[in-house]
Amino acid sequence: MSKDTVKKRAYFMDKLIRYMLVIFSLISIITTILIVFTLFGESFVFFKEVSIKEFLTGTLWSPVIKPQKFGVLPLLVGSLLIAIISGIISIPIGLGSAIYLSEYSSDKLRKILKPILEILAGIPSIVYGFFALTFITPLFRRIIPNLEIFNALSAGIAVGIMTIPMVASLSEDAMRAVPNAMREGAYGLGSTTFEVSTKVVIPAALSGIVSSFILAISRAIGETMIVAIAAGANPSLNFNPLKTIQTMTGFMVNVSLGDIPHGSIEYRTLFAVGALLFIMTFIMNIIAKVVINRYREEY
Amino acid sequence: MLNRVKRRKLIDNIFKNIVFLCTMFGVVILVVLMFDILRKGLGWINLNFLTHFPSRFPKKAGLASAIVGTSWIITLTALIAFPLGVGTALYLEEYANKTTKFFKILELNIANLAGVPSIVYGMLGLSVFVQMLGFGRSILSGAFTLALLILPVVIVSAQEAIKAVPNSAKEGAYALGMTKWQMIKCVVLPYAMPGMLTGSILALSRAAGEAAPLIVVGAAAYVPFFPKNIFDIFTVMPIQIYNWTSRPQEDFQYIAAAGIIVLMILLLSANGLAIYLRNKYQQDI
Repeated sequence: MSKDTVKKRAYFMDKLIRYMLVIFSLISIITTILIVFTLFGESFVFFKEVSIKEFLTGTLWSPVIKPQKFGVLPLLVGSLLIAIISGIISIPIGLGSAIYLSEYSSDKLRKILKPILEILAGIPSIVYGFFALTFITPLFRRIIPNLEIFNALSAGIAVGIMTIPMVASLSEDAMRAVPNAMREGAYGLGSTTFEVSTKVVIPAALSGIVSSFILAISRAIGETMIVAIAAGANPSLNFNPLKTIQTMTGFMVNVSLGDIPHGSIEYRTLFAVGALLFIMTFIMNIIAKVVINRYREEY
Repeated sequence: MLNRVKRRKLIDNIFKNIVFLCTMFGVVILVVLMFDILRKGLGWINLNFLTHFPSRFPKKAGLASAIVGTSWIITLTALIAFPLGVGTALYLEEYANKTTKFFKILELNIANLAGVPSIVYGMLGLSVFVQMLGFGRSILSGAFTLALLILPVVIVSAQEAIKAVPNSAKEGAYALGMTKWQMIKCVVLPYAMPGMLTGSILALSRAAGEAAPLIVVGAAAYVPFFPKNIFDIFTVMPIQIYNWTSRPQEDFQYIAAAGIIVLMILLLSANGLAIYLRNKYQQDI
């Protein structure tokens, strides 16, 4: 083989690989397009039979059992209830952990505590669901006798525990990005660590902290197995966390467990709820990104 | 004056204890969760549990088909997601012009995909792989679904690994007259491989714990046989555990706990392997 052919082959390979890699990276774009197309395609057919108004404002949800009702509000309220309860747990505890790890903890202790929080983030949601149903609920039933076996409270708390590491690590990243000179300035004026944290570091890192809150809530709305196990399957329009509820994701799991014929109205209901879920989490993720970019202070 | 200083120090001290308790909350929950599951499940783990198929009778129920199903799914997911993710990362870091619109759309798209709830990937799998491409409720459909689910994580971690390759090594390769691909093959891939593997193992361990997308894709809970090929129906450990959890008989809760212990051992050893890889090769470079 002459020198020239070796060279030519090398260049040919180079080009070939380049095109191949472009195709590989297109897959991620195709994934997005397919998600949008399948969700909205099936929903489009769904909304020919059920009006968007009925779907978004109806207060009865009974898509499988006759008489069929397609008001998504009970599911939406269920998801929001879970998001609120989880936020009450994850936001203060996550932020507190972030403050401790970033402002108070020694390097040595942080190196032990951070991996432990990472383990908490790596536990599958099915395990949290089991924990909520078989540990948190029985524990609370001793204190609150009228707590139903499946309830929003335990499920929301478990979702909150699962999202603590997310709030903690994103907020901590934002706080550690605050330059040390600012802290030292405040310490130089005689501030305590509490004052430095609340008057200097948190205001400076606020965009990152707020975006971590939004992401945690978005994650809570999309969380599935915990609510499918511990929150129950009763789509009723109520705000009482002690009662059995159903969330959008819980409904999707429930319907998928049964055998739904492709192309039936139940099948399309699944996609309509999926589309709503997708839109909600997508908007929240975008808001989180806008917050972190627009309100970030440059040092 | 002195009183004010004392009060501020007191507030600081109280605050320090509060945020310390916040941090310990996660630690304590982790310990309680582990202890609770071990207490419920440990007594039920034996050879029968690992080698039997699922059953209506708690004493006979086993995890065998779920363990085999998870192995099939994860192997196939790795085979699909790793080359795709590494390929995309190589394109983004080595080939793409970072000022173009295409590059920005790609990056934004990947970041957005990472935030899509896992159950939505299940819907994608159901309509594209199960229905449109006709793979049915098979291992193949499940693996493709999970591969797309973890792809953003694999891409981002591979990008980080590629960014860490020193420029001097790349320039040395170019100076020898290598083409870009030869340089990637001889310099970037060997350097970045441990980092890529670490990220991918972590992503795969997340996939191994996922139940929701696979339920939507149509994995069954009761599979009393081993899948023979990639077009067979299947079950995985999280779905089997979910099925046991949702049964009314109390014994099934203990079996679910036993299943969780097996799953957690698998995931924790995968994480341990990833950390070991990271530490081992970080020192060499």
